[in-house]
Amino acid sequence: MAFGPHLLLATLEGLVTAAVLALTALGLSLVFGVMRIVNVAHGEFYMLGAVIAWWVASLVTGHPALGFLAALIVSPLIVGAVAFVAERVVLRRLEYNPEATIVATIGLLYLLQQAALTFYGADARPVVAPFNFRVSLPWFGYSGYKLSVIAGSLLLLAITWFVLTRTRIGLVMRATQYDRETAQAFGIPVGRVYGGVFALGAMLAAVAAVLIVPISQAHYLMGLDPLLLSFIVVIIGGLGSLRGTLVAALLIGLSDGIISMFFSPTLAKIIATLAVALVLVFRPQGLFGVAAR
Amino acid sequence: MAKADGVLAWPLHLAVLAVLLALNFVLPDYHHGIMARILVLAVFASGYNLLFGYAGLLSLGHALFFAAGLYGAGLSMTYLGAGPIGGFASGLIAGAIISLMVGLLALRTSGVAFMIVTMMFAQAAYLTILYFNAWTGGDQGLVLQQAARVIELGGIRIDLTDPETRYLTAWGLFAVTVVLMLVIARSRFGRVLVAIRENEERTRMLGFDAFANKLAATVISGTMAAAAGAAYAILFGYVGSTFASVQYSILPLLWVLLGGGATVLGALLGTVLMYYLVDGSSDVLQAWLPAWKLSHLGVVGVALILLVLFFPKGILGTVRERWARALP
Repeated sequence: MAFGPHLLLATLEGLVTAAVLALTALGLSLVFGVMRIVNVAHGEFYMLGAVIAWWVASLVTGHPALGFLAALIVSPLIVGAVAFVAERVVLRRLEYNPEATIVATIGLLYLLQQAALTFYGADARPVVAPFNFRVSLPWFGYSGYKLSVIAGSLLLLAITWFVLTRTRIGLVMRATQYDRETAQAFGIPVGRVYGGVFALGAMLAAVAAVLIVPISQAHYLMGLDPLLLSFIVVIIGGLGSLRGTLVAALLIGLSDGIISMFFSPTLAKIIATLAVALVLVFRPQGLFGVAAR
Repeated sequence: MAKADGVLAWPLHLAVLAVLLALNFVLPDYHHGIMARILVLAVFASGYNLLFGYAGLLSLGHALFFAAGLYGAGLSMTYLGAGPIGGFASGLIAGAIISLMVGLLALRTSGVAFMIVTMMFAQAAYLTILYFNAWTGGDQGLVLQQAARVIELGGIRIDLTDPETRYLTAWGLFAVTVVLMLVIARSRFGRVLVAIRENEERTRMLGFDAFANKLAATVISGTMAAAAGAAYAILFGYVGSTFASVQYSILPLLWVLLGGGATVLGALLGTVLMYYLVDGSSDVLQAWLPAWKLSHLGVVGVALILLVLFFPKGILGTVRERWARALP
């Protein structure tokens, strides 16, 4: 293939990465924005989403699309419930002290990996894609499912944006983020909002994983990459900034796709991790964020 | 009061070192090998403790410094024909330079940003090790030949692959570390670090240069971690990318949390207990619930959550709070 088609292929792959990454990173950004805590176990909620998707899909017989649809609904719900319980049982007792919550979520990370290893095993398994057709471009055919992952992510992002900015739930969340004490004084159940936000963040990671699991396989150690990439996106985009997260996901996803294609995937990750460290050092509010109040 | 501390602290720590030395002669083979490993890892934990326990800086990237020592020794011995002494020295230099660079950049941030910056630098280094796998051996790692791990000076020949010599070398390194930590903890520098941990703003108001002190702590801490890494490579003959992974940044945090932050002996206590807990529990759990595939993951996870929830000061931290206020 010539350079042009190669670049197109890399761009398409990058867009798929960016779409899924945007969902995952949005979850992390939401939790950080509202609760001011860093959830190191975020990648494990992603992993859990993929593993549960495999489990649900393996229970449903008939057309693969049925199993996939069931997974798309059930998996985020279970992951959300796990996250809610973890928040209520562990994080709440730590009173959201930043260092203690990081240590606790590292513990949670290991526990979830152990749970996946115990109940799911050490094998990598795929979920069958709900449909299978190729979109033929002039130079190569491209998976129709991958294109629909992009569309599905965009739809979910739009729904999340609507909920956050146009509904009462979003208003309550933003009020808690802006000023926790005043929100409490106005009768907002801050504790339950925190539990809900933590669960919602985990559910976004889980749904991203369900979308990606027909392309890449479910494995109990798959959580580290999405965690680091989400960190990168959230930090480059500016903590708590929704628009920044989306722009950064696009930037990271595309550059990852293109550098991986023309050089090496490891090099792409090295550049991204160094970039994020330097952004944090020299421009802590992120490339698109505004300076902290 | 300061006088009473001085009277008790040195004999206590020297007694612990004497017991560790005596263990060399009484331990059965299996535990002898494990204790040598633990002593080296306790040096790593002590370095971590200086930064996290005393200065209050939670780094999630100390695997980078351990790996700097490990690869500094391993690569120079494999490709440059350096002996153990040269390898150890290059490990120390690599650790000092890298921790200085990381400190200069990462210390511009604080709190959560500091944790993430250190984690990202360590991750970038881990990926770099994988990227240059033609030189580093990637995740396969490098094995240092037995012949390279022998010191020959004049007529004296010290074979570091011999279990007894290995234990004594590890003990020597740990003894130096304990003395160094004890001196630092009781020095003006150590007290400034604790002051920075408790209230950085006020320390600065009192006229101390917080940045310079934190930078010095980072470099000493990183160099100690690198010393442990270099010793590990030389004594156990293996250099691999696992030691640069996130897991090896989290383990020293866990050891120090368990033993007790800002206590000189906490690093050793935490390392010993956690090593044996992981080692012993996996056998017991395998026998008890064979189908559950319980591994270090579950043990480490439970330990971290229980510690942070119910025991945030660790064992020696609690002991100091209740019974021995003067414990350094």
